[in-house]
Amino acid sequence: MTTEYAIETRGLTRIFDEVRAVDGLDLTVRTGEIFGLIGPDGAGKTTTMRMLAGVMAADGGKARVLGHDVIGDPESVKRDIAYMSQRFGLYEDLTVQENIDFYAELYLVDAEEKKERFDRLMEFSRLSPFTGRLAGKLSGGMKQKLGLACALIHTPKLLLLDEPTNGVDPVSRREFWKILYELLQEGVTIFVSTPYMDEADRCHRVGIMDDGKLLIADTPLGIRERIRLSVIEIFCDDGRRAQKALERVRGVKDVVFFGDKLHVSVKEGVDEDTIRGVLTESNIAFRSVRSIVPSLEDIFFELS
Amino acid sequence: MISIRRIRAVAKKERLQILRDTRSLLLALGIPMLMLFLFGWALKLDVIDVKTVVFDQDRSSASRAFIERFDAVEYFDIVSCIDTYDEVERSLDRGDARAAVVIPKGFSEDIKAGRDVQIQLIADGTDALTAQVFIGYASAIVTDFSQDIISESLSRSGLAGTGRPVNVSVRVWYNPELESKNFIVPGLIAVIMMVIAGLLTSLTVAREWERGTMEQLISTPITVPELVIGKLISYVELGFIDFVLSVLVGTLIFGVPLKGSVILLLVLSVIFMIGAMSLGMFISIVAKKQVMASQMAILATFLPSFLLSGFVFPIATMPLVLQGITFLVSARYFVTILKGIFLKGVGLEVLWIEGLLLCAFTAAMLALSMARFKKELT
Repeated sequence: MTTEYAIETRGLTRIFDEVRAVDGLDLTVRTGEIFGLIGPDGAGKTTTMRMLAGVMAADGGKARVLGHDVIGDPESVKRDIAYMSQRFGLYEDLTVQENIDFYAELYLVDAEEKKERFDRLMEFSRLSPFTGRLAGKLSGGMKQKLGLACALIHTPKLLLLDEPTNGVDPVSRREFWKILYELLQEGVTIFVSTPYMDEADRCHRVGIMDDGKLLIADTPLGIRERIRLSVIEIFCDDGRRAQKALERVRGVKDVVFFGDKLHVSVKEGVDEDTIRGVLTESNIAFRSVRSIVPSLEDIFFELS
Repeated sequence: MISIRRIRAVAKKERLQILRDTRSLLLALGIPMLMLFLFGWALKLDVIDVKTVVFDQDRSSASRAFIERFDAVEYFDIVSCIDTYDEVERSLDRGDARAAVVIPKGFSEDIKAGRDVQIQLIADGTDALTAQVFIGYASAIVTDFSQDIISESLSRSGLAGTGRPVNVSVRVWYNPELESKNFIVPGLIAVIMMVIAGLLTSLTVAREWERGTMEQLISTPITVPELVIGKLISYVELGFIDFVLSVLVGTLIFGVPLKGSVILLLVLSVIFMIGAMSLGMFISIVAKKQVMASQMAILATFLPSFLLSGFVFPIATMPLVLQGITFLVSARYFVTILKGIFLKGVGLEVLWIEGLLLCAFTAAMLALSMARFKKELT
């Protein structure tokens, strides 16, 4: 059994009413890494995740998860993986404790192991004061941590997380990622999807998905190098006019608003001076123009 | 391999959910009681106190003696004695009376002379059951009356002192008082249990799909039989409480006799419930939406168990096609079993066929729901 890859797919495809939600996906996730799948809504991230978790059938292609053929025999992987669906999937009319107990029983965790595991999970999720509270009465962030606690009660080898921090406040998001790094230290492979590009930068490797296809997969740094995208950030008062003026310049690929700033993706040959010249010519006042490291979001716009 | 631990975990989780959903719990326990009381009191098929008017044109002691015989039994309630034929018509039209007895002039003279006497009995046919029963009872009284006259005149002429030539002695077995509640209540319990069992489980799987908890659940190693059996256990417990309550109300409040073995009654009721609940579960699996599932469940349980179980309409008088369909209605076997155990006090030596068919239905439903359930999103 291969241990190099926790996930390996070849031509994985799922079609919904003629729409190819996942379209010939080739993806590899190495054992022990944290892999982030990013892409807009409808890119096919959830469908991919579901097929890998063995809860949805594929229409074509192959997928091996932890060395098992998850398409042919979905049940073969379920003991060793933990899957957290995008929608909160726990029982809101059961307490935190009852939900965790239920999942511990489903995975047939020994009483002793469960106790030890439970104490640790409570410690790092900081749910201990709420064990008697109904899951439905928890905040969004606490719900996600409870979901994670239920998923981890049986010590999985691979964790599949579908947009786990969606709709969660920044503090809880940071805590959540801290927990993921701790798991990584224990040797758990993590496959996480997220619509937040900044979260992808926290992963070892990132795959960018759009329209059911994987556009690129590499380390965040590797992706930046491969795309060789130069981005110039402009801080000016009349952004709209600046955008119009710059879009006409040869060598400028894209001009996108980032808050009160503009990100201009440019080809080689266009630099900060070119931009300054254009703005001065068009009588647009600016406070600063400088080259920046492209974010994955810039790259996503470049690719799609 | 089926894991008892997982089954126990599912049953425990369902039990907690049932107990926390107070409104549904009250409905689950209240609806059977409500149905039992409503139907138990409303569905009276006994005909007593038929309002009757008498038009006595003879006004003799003989005619009065005749009328007294009507008054003496509980089936008739003589509301008035009237003087014209028009009034007979009017009181039937208005519904003041459901039946009339018309005694002709010369009634007593004809009897004395030994001539044939014609009595007119009129019944309101818009209520066919009452009319039929009235005619039956009234004819019996007339026959009785004329036989008495015959034997009286025979003995007076010194021919015989032995009374009537033939004595009919009627015995009604199993329900000697011929009270309709005695056969309605056991049948009703079967119908109620069918409906409530189907309804309770029809929501359980659909709810998990709707709330998104199923997606999480099917990502675990749980197997379909473990999930289905675990859910059934918790609902059978609830249904069992319903059944015991219904039996208590039937015997203690409606006074229906329970002559047979209580153990057999409980065992067969559990088998019946597992079948009905598996049917509800199957519907829940197919429908995937709670509203749709509950409507389908009511349709699939109430109509067949009410109409085709032999509860209200005897199966033997149904068209052959319908008779064939009744074999698929498990309430049919349960109605027979309940009536048998309650009223006749019989056991498996008589009811084994019904018992076996009930087991077969239950096994088939259980297999069907397990086969239909897929651990897969679509």
